[in-house]
Amino acid sequence: MATSTLLSRSRTDRAARETSAPVGQGRRLGSHVVLVLLAIYFVVPLWWLAVASTKTNAGLFAGDALWFGSDFALWDNVTGLFTHQGGIYWTWFRNSFVYAIAGGVGATALSVLAGYGLAKYRFRGRSAFFALLLGSVMVPMTALVIPTFVLLSGMGLLNTMWAVILPSLLSPVGVYLVRVYAQDAVPEEVLDAGRVDGAGELRLFFQVVLPLLRPAIVTVLLLTTVATWNNFFLPLAVLRDPNLLPVTVGIYNWQALSNAGAGGEQVWNLIVTGSFLSVVPLVAAFLSLQRYWQGGLSLGSVR
Amino acid sequence: MSSRTSVGKSAAAPSATRPTSKIASRRQRWGYVYVAPFAAVFAVFLVLPLGYALWMSLHNKGIATAGRSVFVGADNYVKAFTDPVFLEGLWRVLRFVLVMVPVQIVVALVAALLLDTLATRLSRATRLLIFVPYAIPAVIGALMWGFLYSPRFGPAQDVFGLVGLAAPDFLSSANIFGSLVNIVTWQWVGYYMIIIYAALRSIDPSVYEAAVLDGADGRQIALRIKVPMISSSMVMIVVFALIGTLQFFTEPQVLRSSAQGAIPSDYTPNMYAFATAFNYSQFNYASTLAFSLGFLVFVGSYVFLFLTRKQSGLK
Repeated sequence: MATSTLLSRSRTDRAARETSAPVGQGRRLGSHVVLVLLAIYFVVPLWWLAVASTKTNAGLFAGDALWFGSDFALWDNVTGLFTHQGGIYWTWFRNSFVYAIAGGVGATALSVLAGYGLAKYRFRGRSAFFALLLGSVMVPMTALVIPTFVLLSGMGLLNTMWAVILPSLLSPVGVYLVRVYAQDAVPEEVLDAGRVDGAGELRLFFQVVLPLLRPAIVTVLLLTTVATWNNFFLPLAVLRDPNLLPVTVGIYNWQALSNAGAGGEQVWNLIVTGSFLSVVPLVAAFLSLQRYWQGGLSLGSVR
Repeated sequence: MSSRTSVGKSAAAPSATRPTSKIASRRQRWGYVYVAPFAAVFAVFLVLPLGYALWMSLHNKGIATAGRSVFVGADNYVKAFTDPVFLEGLWRVLRFVLVMVPVQIVVALVAALLLDTLATRLSRATRLLIFVPYAIPAVIGALMWGFLYSPRFGPAQDVFGLVGLAAPDFLSSANIFGSLVNIVTWQWVGYYMIIIYAALRSIDPSVYEAAVLDGADGRQIALRIKVPMISSSMVMIVVFALIGTLQFFTEPQVLRSSAQGAIPSDYTPNMYAFATAFNYSQFNYASTLAFSLGFLVFVGSYVFLFLTRKQSGLK
């Protein structure tokens, strides 16, 4: 079923539900208390991160952990990120963007093509390939990291950006989601009508199919971009050059060094501020795109 | 959901399976064009690594073999499944599955059910707040909790001090299991909650009206109607959580340096495989460990889907 109808439907449902759901006043209050407690639990670590990023290295150890210290050092910390190890943090930040966008957009493009092809064309081997795809959803991606490392090493791609981008292009779940969505969202009649009008298959794809698939595309793009941005195991294994690391691995290295107690490397304030800044883009993306993903994430549960 | 597929669409589908003309049958070849790019990546980065891991796990290479790969049959597998470190890691992630998966599912289900009955501004804001941790990289999430747990930085002493107690050491060997469960729960509940919530939203509200007429109260509607109707989503979430938990890696790896001594480098099978490959350069044995783990995860999720085939709607 189409996500767009799911979204519009839930809006009308809500109005109907408020009159039909038998929720007494007392229970409403109790439910709200539980919700507030849940909200606090999920927000406190982020609140801590935001507050801690305004503290100096010494300030982190002193005073109230969940409230601002006497000094507001956020700008000093940001400047510190520009100077520590020659501002390598910003290189990591840029790398994360490159990996997330190349991996996310690439994986989405491949998923949309393959998902549409599997949904709307009956070619030989199609069912076998789909069965293989479904099975591969259950293959743990981290189990692939070590053999992928050896394989990339054989191809001479270790310690290059390609070592992170190319494996990130693989998204069996993305193909599955697009296939499920395209099945209903792209009616055969529309395709046939286009063909009668003389449109070629490629033109149909770009002018008719792509707009119809937009909700699925946004969802898959969000999922694959987040997956690449958050990826840790793969870059940890295949990258050695500090200048190629994404933010996740870079900050992990700083933290490990600081915990090891290496004299000049106790940069807790930079770790915290760096973590805070690296979290901002994704949270912003999620909040601004919420009307797309909220319906879209349920695609996978639609069977 | 599939029941809502309109009749017109399903009636149109068979016409595509039986191409009536040469043009129509030629058109079907476009399927290959669309699937080919993904199939290439699939072959190179999934089939090939898996095949290669299998091949490496059946061979050994090292000083003893003069640097050449020598076929050793099932030797590495015999070694792995009698290796106390690997077995202990497996048992540990199994314990994580038994604790972590139910905790996550219950919290997500309760949150989704509450959000589904309440349609207030507070509930909409809460829905977003619960989901936000999903956008946080696991590394940053583990790192943040590491700070919060830390007796040096964290608020635990202050919070427990309010009620006159000393805070436990969350990073000690005794408590690290629960501390890790908490991090993963915090990170993933929002994602599962959104999936359950969307499934709840797609239930036709007239079902509830009928239930109310029959005298059902809110709790009965939630447990007897809503939960059974979303069982396919629940099954899918359990599979996701199962696959993720058995491969547990990032959180313990990140906490390792803060929780001195509580987390050894072979805490989970994935960490053991990583250390075997990158600290000891035993790639053949590491491949055996990775392949065995992957195989167990595959079999585990397959068995679970088979056992719940009635609920999941899969045949």
